[in-house]
Amino acid sequence: MNPSMAITEAPGLFTADGLTGLIFLVMMAVTLIGGIISCCAERLVRAVAGLIVCFIGVAALYYFLNSPFVAMMQMLIYVGAVCITIAFAIMLAAPEESKKNGPAGPLSGPLGFITAGLVTIGLIVMAMRAKFTSLPKVSDGTMKEMGIQLLTSYSMVFELISIVLLIAIIGALVIARAGRSK
Amino acid sequence: MSLTLLNVIVAVVIAIAFAAANAAYLVWAERRGAARIQRRPGPNINGPFGLLQPPLDGIKLMTKQLMIPGGADKILFMVAPVLAMAPAIMSFVTIPFSKGIAAHNMEIGVLMIFAFASMGAMAILFAGWGSRNKYSVMASVRAVSQNVSYEIPMLITAITVVMVNGSMDLKAISTAQAGGFWHWNIFPSLHSPLMPISFIIFFICSLAETNRAPFDLGEAESELVAGFHTEYGSMGFGLFFMGEYANIVIGASLTTILFLGGWDCPFGMFPGVWWFLLKIYLLIATFIWIRWTFPRTTIYGLLNLSWKILIPISLFNLLLTAGLLKVF
Repeated sequence: MNPSMAITEAPGLFTADGLTGLIFLVMMAVTLIGGIISCCAERLVRAVAGLIVCFIGVAALYYFLNSPFVAMMQMLIYVGAVCITIAFAIMLAAPEESKKNGPAGPLSGPLGFITAGLVTIGLIVMAMRAKFTSLPKVSDGTMKEMGIQLLTSYSMVFELISIVLLIAIIGALVIARAGRSK
Repeated sequence: MSLTLLNVIVAVVIAIAFAAANAAYLVWAERRGAARIQRRPGPNINGPFGLLQPPLDGIKLMTKQLMIPGGADKILFMVAPVLAMAPAIMSFVTIPFSKGIAAHNMEIGVLMIFAFASMGAMAILFAGWGSRNKYSVMASVRAVSQNVSYEIPMLITAITVVMVNGSMDLKAISTAQAGGFWHWNIFPSLHSPLMPISFIIFFICSLAETNRAPFDLGEAESELVAGFHTEYGSMGFGLFFMGEYANIVIGASLTTILFLGGWDCPFGMFPGVWWFLLKIYLLIATFIWIRWTFPRTTIYGLLNLSWKILIPISLFNLLLTAGLLKVF
């Protein structure tokens, strides 16, 4: 499917475009359902499970957009590392969590629905007004190409991210040391 | 286009069948191996050499009622066994058994297998937490901390091999080692003099990643009943068991491809799928042998081995290989 091509009418379901669209919709549904589960879950571990579903949906979208490397990194880092870390934090902090029954914030109830509706309408209007242009291809998504790009054009970004991670590690060590001496 | 699609579907079905058949018959092999080491006959009643035991066990497990304990988190309790088996099957899709036999060869095969293997820890966590049993929760925390800490040296070692071969494509890595056993990655070369140590680290890590003895603290029956699957019965337990054996096959396949030349013949003759199968089953036999002859380690010994010995050695190896690749 050519992205720059304007679609005037909906393609039939059993054409190549139709099936592609269907797959895309399924991925969107998985991502959204995961997000909704993780927002609405009463138990924190279920929220993590929803987050995993959401991440898998996003990884599927990356694969769909022809960049398997990013998709697999999404699986490895977000599902395999971040979610496990969150689950560990939950298990260490609150073994028996109960329903949250604190006072509701000012955005609960009708005001919250209105805010959400306004944001949705704003996003829809922005999307409808925006003119979608196809950008030049940066790389063909293969690992070699991405590696070359990361160490040449985007080397500054790459290094800055590694500095952020280094600071996070040092911060964790400082906190852990203070905890031990107390 | 449609023919490629058909090829992929047929290959995926074969991959699933291979995973399931291996899971079933490795249980038999394990029980026979254990019996041989402990000087008793093992399952030998049903069929010749007890070969009908796995299907009969399967029928028994499937006809049992699926019991869900009272306080359990129903959804997570049901999802966990599926999550244990499904990523293992996904990994089979990209493993090349020989030059022409691979369901879908990917450029990032190594990464894909690690990505799906990392989901196994999630299944253990959900199983332990969903059961609402203190033994299960303790076992799952142990098993996951073990999985996470052994994933690091395993990944670093895999990166070393990927650097030497210059590709993450499992087929390309195998092809690069063709032509006799002295070309295999396990032997030290100019660029990677510490390759045999890498192989040992990788093998230890794949034992630990699959929660096998001597690293089976997640299901240490002397203190934790049966670990994270204490509350599981019938096919829920069966799926955990099958997932474990499917993961063992994947670990052995990955070791074979990364270090032992894949489908290459040691003497440069008749390369083909039979060599691959021979190598992975020899590795699996070693897995079984180790399980029944080594005592279980302690959790401190286990974590110290990973963080204080394996990770520094593999990091040093990575730096050394990178430096040598740059110099030569």
